[in-house]
Amino acid sequence: MEEGKWSVETVKKNKEDKKRLRKEIKVSHTLLRHEGINTVSFPTKKLAVANGGLGNGVSREQLLDVLGRCGHVEALLMPPNKPYAFVTYGTVEDARRCQTSLGGRQLQCQGQTITLYFCFVEKVDYNVYSSAELPPGLKVWEDFVTPEEETGLLESLDWVSLDNDVTAQKSLKHRKVKHYGYEFLYETNNVDIDQLLPGGLPDACDIVLEKCLKENIMNIKPDQLTVNQYQPGQGIPPHVDTHSAFEDTILSLSLGAKTVMDFRHPDGRSVAVLLPRRSLLVMKGECRYLWTHGITPRKLDVVPAVGGQRPGVVTCDPRDLTLSQRDTRTSFTFRKVRHTPCDCAYPSACDSQQPLQDPPGPPLPRSDMDAAHLESRFVHAVYEEIAGHFSGTRHSPWPRVAAFLRSLAPGALLLDAGCGNGKYLGLCPGVFAVGCDRSQSLTQICGERGFQAFTCDALDVPLRSDMCDACISIAVIHHFSTQVRRVSAIKELIRLLKPGGRALISVWALEQEYNKQRSKYLKKTKEENVCPVKDRTATPPPQERSGKGLSLVQNGQTTLSVHTNRTTFSSQDLLVPWHLKGATPKSPEPLAHLTDSVTGPTPGPIFHRYYHVFCEGELEDLCRKVENVTVQSSYYDQGNWCVILEKTDAVASMRGSENELLPSDPLMAAMAK
Amino acid sequence: MKLLTHNMLTSHVKGITKGYPLLIKATEVKVSEVEFNPEFVSRMIPKLEWAALVQAAEGLGHLNDLPVELVPDFEKNEDFLRRVHRVLLEVEVVEGCLRCPESGREFPISRGIPNMLLNEDEV
Repeated sequence: MEEGKWSVETVKKNKEDKKRLRKEIKVSHTLLRHEGINTVSFPTKKLAVANGGLGNGVSREQLLDVLGRCGHVEALLMPPNKPYAFVTYGTVEDARRCQTSLGGRQLQCQGQTITLYFCFVEKVDYNVYSSAELPPGLKVWEDFVTPEEETGLLESLDWVSLDNDVTAQKSLKHRKVKHYGYEFLYETNNVDIDQLLPGGLPDACDIVLEKCLKENIMNIKPDQLTVNQYQPGQGIPPHVDTHSAFEDTILSLSLGAKTVMDFRHPDGRSVAVLLPRRSLLVMKGECRYLWTHGITPRKLDVVPAVGGQRPGVVTCDPRDLTLSQRDTRTSFTFRKVRHTPCDCAYPSACDSQQPLQDPPGPPLPRSDMDAAHLESRFVHAVYEEIAGHFSGTRHSPWPRVAAFLRSLAPGALLLDAGCGNGKYLGLCPGVFAVGCDRSQSLTQICGERGFQAFTCDALDVPLRSDMCDACISIAVIHHFSTQVRRVSAIKELIRLLKPGGRALISVWALEQEYNKQRSKYLKKTKEENVCPVKDRTATPPPQERSGKGLSLVQNGQTTLSVHTNRTTFSSQDLLVPWHLKGATPKSPEPLAHLTDSVTGPTPGPIFHRYYHVFCEGELEDLCRKVENVTVQSSYYDQGNWCVILEKTDAVASMRGSENELLPSDPLMAAMAK
Repeated sequence: MKLLTHNMLTSHVKGITKGYPLLIKATEVKVSEVEFNPEFVSRMIPKLEWAALVQAAEGLGHLNDLPVELVPDFEKNEDFLRRVHRVLLEVEVVEGCLRCPESGREFPISRGIPNMLLNEDEV
């Protein structure tokens, strides 16, 4: 284009110029509207370079190369992530020349075509973002490994063959990953300390780990290694490494390429840190426990133009920023698996120190079908998931139950309805014991232990009537969610008994403190409810009782609240959490309320089991609704209400009318029809 | 599943009137030795449905010369008690299924454990 005196009126506007002017006007509007940048219609030394920004993939070097053709560039400000830049020329004349000769110029940047337009500005405001300090506890060691060691480490990896059992290799959505020592389980964001991967850490790591010990970077040798491989454009979401999973110091070696890692404090502070190739990132204390770290998935990083290979904070000084093309980066993250709960000074971010979050519970059932569905989800499905862990915690028989079983005559037929892992099935050699349970996983455990068992629902036991000498129902009936179903479960037991046969029923008590004694449930730390007791005479209470202390009412519906383990019950119908340990849940989408965020408190999946805890006298009241039964005795045993029933001859039946409805339970009235 | 357990089991499919005895369709049966206790066997015999036991034992090819009718004075007949012992306690169905005689509904037996659960629409 021809050079001449700048004047809108005098310049001969050819088609190209008209287009450029239209664009410039449009651009100035956009800059004002979106960025608050005031452009002016008279020439100055400063120009806003529309489209020529780091955010558009234009690097400082590339832009300077073009701008330098119109004169001496005094300054070039490139704010991070913005689609524009600001150039200051030595003279107004140069700036004018730039606008007319470079306006409409196209650049090829990262496979895109960028068209530059220029608008004059009077002044340029920019912030040198202040957060120039590294997060406390963060350190970057430059050149921690030599190029030869880098090669050795990278060659020790085998991404091709599937040595899955050794390295638990996975292709995640945004990166490739391998685990050594222990597998990091993304379902729980934790490791299983009982599942050591064979082979340990690759030998090539020794030199790195020895240096870490020697330099006192870590005082204990890491035993878990996660290798991540990031292609350009890949990243990792911001996260804090699960506190309960790993000890304090976390190391990450950057190999193959540099990257920029973003650190964020919960208060909003954010620091981008350049991790040069072959550097070691050390995260301790506040940085390890409180700040999240992550890598934004992108192909270009904004880095300081001067000393772009130096580690440390990317200060966001627009006078000195450019772009850096990402390359394949492989990180070796070394961690020490933790064996005790975390006791860091940052409880707000600590899963070990987090009070349980209560997920909203389901409503109490209003119909039998609701009840069946509730139990299916909050009883049956949960036991299937936790069976292994549950069985591992159920070994000692309750003394009172064992005493009942010992009282049976030799040759008796015994049914344990809800037998769990069968812990009562092998107690009496002279008795033929059969167990049934709703959980197939649990009946299979019985089978493996050589017991006779089958899978069925306690409301519908597929055994001949009037056959059993004894039935026991230990910690079962409290899982039925309506009174009608609880009565049905007792009726079913009685159907199976022969006349004169006896049943022992035990259910969890609302009262976890009785006769000024706190139950073992409140006191102990283990999962077993056991212990000796004082007998209670079987005096029937004067009136019916039930429905004490129901949970919160929402929208007219009573919803189930989540019980806090080892505390007194706040209501009779509730969800009791089960913290699954030592195993990953069986289904890919477990029924537990998992926290899906990487930063969330997830020591292990938590499952909720429905319970109706019985208040004093309630169990006896239920038994009186069943025909052909007398209550022989009832007692309180370590937080459980228990009854021993005897089946009477049908003719001798004296009580137990179906019409005896509980006035306080409308559900009963509704469902008895 | 021992045949003593089978003798207790019955079909419970909704609406049926004759769900007993369940027909055994076995694909794997094992016989393992169990200590013989004549008193125990004597006490079990009166609780049995004898015909069902004979039918089940025969079906598995382990009748063990059990008579169609229960013999009198079996308490003193050690040879008889031993044969009953074997059928009741030593023969076990490991894999197969139990078939409801009326509805034909089959309940799978896996690793010795019958799954008698009914679907929601069968209860």
